[in-house]
Amino acid sequence: MNKITNNKAWWLVLPVFLLVAFSAIVPIMTVVNYSVQDIFDQNTAYFVGAEWYREMLRSPRLLDSLLRQFSYSFSVLLIEVPLGIAVALMMPAKGRMASVSLILVAIPLLIPWNVVGTIWQTFSREDIGLFGWAVNSIGIDYNYASNASDAWFTVLLMDVWHWTSLIALLCYSGLRAIPEAFYQAARIDRASSWAIFRYIQLPRLKSVLVIGVLLRFMDSFMIYTEPFVLTGGGPGNSTTFLSQALTKMAIGQFDLGPAAAFSLIYYLIVLLVCYLFFTVINLQDKAK
Amino acid sequence: MQMNKRKTLGMTAYLLFLLTPIYWLLNMSFKQNDEILGALTLWPSNFTFDNYITIFSDPSWYMGYVNSMIYVGMNMVITLTVALPAAYAFSRYKFVGDKHLFFWLLTNRMAPPAVFLLPFFQLYSSVGLFDTHIAVALAHCLFTVPLAVWILEGFISGVPREVDETAFIDGYSFPRFFIRIFLPMIRSGIGVTAFFCFMFSWVELLLARTLTSVEAKPIAAIMTRTVGAAGIDWGLLSAAGILTIIPGILVIWFVRNHVAKGFALGRV
Repeated sequence: MNKITNNKAWWLVLPVFLLVAFSAIVPIMTVVNYSVQDIFDQNTAYFVGAEWYREMLRSPRLLDSLLRQFSYSFSVLLIEVPLGIAVALMMPAKGRMASVSLILVAIPLLIPWNVVGTIWQTFSREDIGLFGWAVNSIGIDYNYASNASDAWFTVLLMDVWHWTSLIALLCYSGLRAIPEAFYQAARIDRASSWAIFRYIQLPRLKSVLVIGVLLRFMDSFMIYTEPFVLTGGGPGNSTTFLSQALTKMAIGQFDLGPAAAFSLIYYLIVLLVCYLFFTVINLQDKAK
Repeated sequence: MQMNKRKTLGMTAYLLFLLTPIYWLLNMSFKQNDEILGALTLWPSNFTFDNYITIFSDPSWYMGYVNSMIYVGMNMVITLTVALPAAYAFSRYKFVGDKHLFFWLLTNRMAPPAVFLLPFFQLYSSVGLFDTHIAVALAHCLFTVPLAVWILEGFISGVPREVDETAFIDGYSFPRFFIRIFLPMIRSGIGVTAFFCFMFSWVELLLARTLTSVEAKPIAAIMTRTVGAAGIDWGLLSAAGILTIIPGILVIWFVRNHVAKGFALGRV
């Protein structure tokens, strides 16, 4: 649709701008302010310039959790995107069963995040949880509270449980938008079901998948509540993700300056990755 | 035929994977603590409603649900009120800085909330909104408003511009046109947007917990009370958890026919 140029449209956007600016600009400026000062208490603070930034970029603890964060986000995407597409393809398209499965698939998305943690806590403890008990009783030694790789696995499984639905529903809605004529043409050409998927369905899913991958990357990169409830970041630091490490530093130890400096670095990383992703997709679209 | 059978089988397996953990929570919520800790039973042997009765008879418990509902409702109303005109503007007009503004709105969804907690707390305390429902509703607008603008823009772009032009020729003023003609045309979009606002505001805990202490404390924060000196009260925790799932199921039931379109952000 070609749009009319009209700067009066700003009046319509102004409420949104003011509302979001109130909650966005003031806090972020506060964080910037913290990041260049050494704060002892409410009245004592010294300007330290870029000192915290230098220190944080050399801190092994934060770099560790950054690395952990990246590998976590990529594992999440690697599992959830193909699984989500598969679920979307399997969901019934019409009728009563379609509504029922739609609602059931959407349920995990509507559960408060700390309750998701609670669900998995009760489900995978080896003493009271069905899953933990079942895994142990088939002879695999599993305890997410004491074994680092078990904890990692449980957090990952929880994320797959929680968020695959988002990808699935996005793809489901993308699939519903494909006109029936496309499938008829494919049938006349005797296309295999793989060919239908590869040349008809997948290209149509691209725009929703872009949204899905972006949302999943952003959210998994900022994950806090679920692992906090489930494992508390432990055992050791094995599931301490970035936002938890920062919260511990800012609120637990009151090291506001360093935490703020790293928060901003963190924010920039998320922005950068999303921007790169967006640009690559746009370039591909233009190349066509 | 073979294909369909495989699909049904796969779908059933996935739904089982989704529902078993929830079933386990439901199962635990009907048990007493000694049964939970004593033995693993697939069905409560001493079926009890005690955990639910505790929640519904204690105001400090059930007010948590009320508080959560209040700020989620406020958030929906505020978000829709400001996002509708903005989405209309983004869909119909070009103006200075429109692309940048849109991107900036979206970047707010990328700010890791965990690290902005303290500034949020200070900001809302300094304007005297600490521990009010409106504070949480406003804070949640940070991520619901960009999403709402995004979804509504998709739905509004689906309405041909001729509709607007015809109405203006017929002598409708902008506000009258917008409320009388335009809003009814995109009502499924509005429903879906409200659903998404609910979804993101209801599940969020960190900001809600930080901005409240007593008066507006959300249920998710009250649930931490079950961790006591004598260990965790698993039965009560499970019952409280189950009760947080129910509103979500009700809400999605209402929008089930439009939700597919909404998930594509109105863009299919």
